[in-house]
Amino acid sequence: MSSIIDVEHLNYRYPQQAADELTLRDISFTVAPGEWVAIVGHNGSGKSTLAKNLNGLLAPAAGTITVDGQVLSEETVWDIRTKIGMVFQNPDNQFVGATVADDVAFSLENQGIPRDEMLKRVAAALKQVDMQDFATREPARLSGGQKQRVALAGMIAAQPQILILDEATSMLDPRGRQEVLATIRQMKAASALTVLSITHDIDEAASANRVLVINDGELKEEGTPAEIFQHGEELIKMGLDMPYAERLKAALKRQGMQVPATYLTEKGMADWLWQLRSNK
Amino acid sequence: MAITFKQVDFTYQPGTPFATNALTDINVTIPTGSYTALIGHTGSGKSTLLQHLNALLKPTSGTVTIGERVITPTTSNKDLKSLRQQVGIVFQFPESQLFEETVVKDIAFGPQNFGVSEEDAHQTAAKMLALVGLDQSLLERSPFDLSGGQMRRVAIAGVLAMQPKVLVLDEPTAGLDPQGRLEMMQMFARLRHEQELTVVLVTHQMDDVADYADNVIVMDQGRVVKTGTPREIFADPQWLTEHQLGLPKTTAFAQTLREQGWQFDQLPLTEDELAQMLKSQLAPSLAPSHFGEGTAHDE
Repeated sequence: MSSIIDVEHLNYRYPQQAADELTLRDISFTVAPGEWVAIVGHNGSGKSTLAKNLNGLLAPAAGTITVDGQVLSEETVWDIRTKIGMVFQNPDNQFVGATVADDVAFSLENQGIPRDEMLKRVAAALKQVDMQDFATREPARLSGGQKQRVALAGMIAAQPQILILDEATSMLDPRGRQEVLATIRQMKAASALTVLSITHDIDEAASANRVLVINDGELKEEGTPAEIFQHGEELIKMGLDMPYAERLKAALKRQGMQVPATYLTEKGMADWLWQLRSNK
Repeated sequence: MAITFKQVDFTYQPGTPFATNALTDINVTIPTGSYTALIGHTGSGKSTLLQHLNALLKPTSGTVTIGERVITPTTSNKDLKSLRQQVGIVFQFPESQLFEETVVKDIAFGPQNFGVSEEDAHQTAAKMLALVGLDQSLLERSPFDLSGGQMRRVAIAGVLAMQPKVLVLDEPTAGLDPQGRLEMMQMFARLRHEQELTVVLVTHQMDDVADYADNVIVMDQGRVVKTGTPREIFADPQWLTEHQLGLPKTTAFAQTLREQGWQFDQLPLTEDELAQMLKSQLAPSLAPSHFGEGTAHDE
């Protein structure tokens, strides 16, 4: 299958870095159309730098990035940006509109979408993130979690082929986070959207088809969520929370109990405990 | 230092077409020395309440008593300086408030603003930097060359430099990775004891409420809908769901086990507590005969 994102031997260095220092070193990976890939790593590992390279906000020192068949360059960057929607961790950095509705409409106006269509899409997008009552409010006066919802609504309305979420659910309460993840699943089901999510959240990583682990600017590992989650307590060093079943496993071990070595989902853990109880 | 709200209402832009009612009939006390968690879903009024804690906002009606000071709708904006010193607020993403050329100047800015000499303020800054776990070698660096987590610590040091009695934290770990989050939460617990602080924590992380707080205020639609200890608050999962709030991971998992047929006298708050409960049911002879509040948080 052809890929929608193809990154080959990407190096990135910030202007203030010395010639032998790199923030990203020889990163190569591909993403298939419609895939959901989670990128994990601790703070400062280079995850956000990678995201900014993908849509040309930062220019690599070496390597190529191909998005939907186009090699990223000064000529193609504007084309590529219409295909990629980004939601940042702190949406204050991306609001432009005087009201929530204006802000959601901004990218549609830029794309020259007819007004009738635009109004419909804005209303539908706000409804999807449960912010329809806030259409005439000022984005600056919203809470952190509400701002993240509005930023996501902007992307829902713009209907990009690729959605990049840079810790886009970090300010939401657990229920809000579940709702946003459900919204993204709906968007994917409706339009074969490709999703790249940079995250520390175990539930968000578990939603992905594949997880990439970045450490100190290098791609250390990739695998399915279950493969990555087997690392147990090591996950904290990778910048991920431990899945709850692994935390409980560690606590049971501290109580002197014998526990299975393989990764268990929460359901798997509940079943295993029930088995123990039944065999007692 | 205790803070007490009496019949507090607050409306943004009152008397205009944009008037929005944010707080309604708030009656609540944050006791001296407590570690109070303020929880509620997005938009429930937590941040508005928080800004009343040092009179950044004044009630539209009602009173807020902060230590000895009583803030009413007509309190003058002059002469609030001492309050701002006594109640330090660490806002969301506090690193965005850094502005000075060097770390030492940034931390010293607050005390100097309150009339402390430059020399004394710089000495305080050096002490505060150590308190937040950063190396003295960073003092002369530009705060903008530091990592996000270090910048946040510098911003917190700037608040601590005012030597507040109450430390208010608005989602202080947002955006940090799990390791950074853990270190930051342990730092606040340590500072609370070392500096004898009253701590107010606004958070969505129910695990942090279970692990660190001793008092919880739950808000919904601008009202305080419940107060109590974490154990009291998390004892009623259905009520929490109705108010769009989650449970600590352990409590949620124990609830699932309960539905499968396990029996627990009370819902556990931490994984160690649950592990003890499970062990006592699976191998009763090996487990302690009872476990009360005191053993619940043992690490």
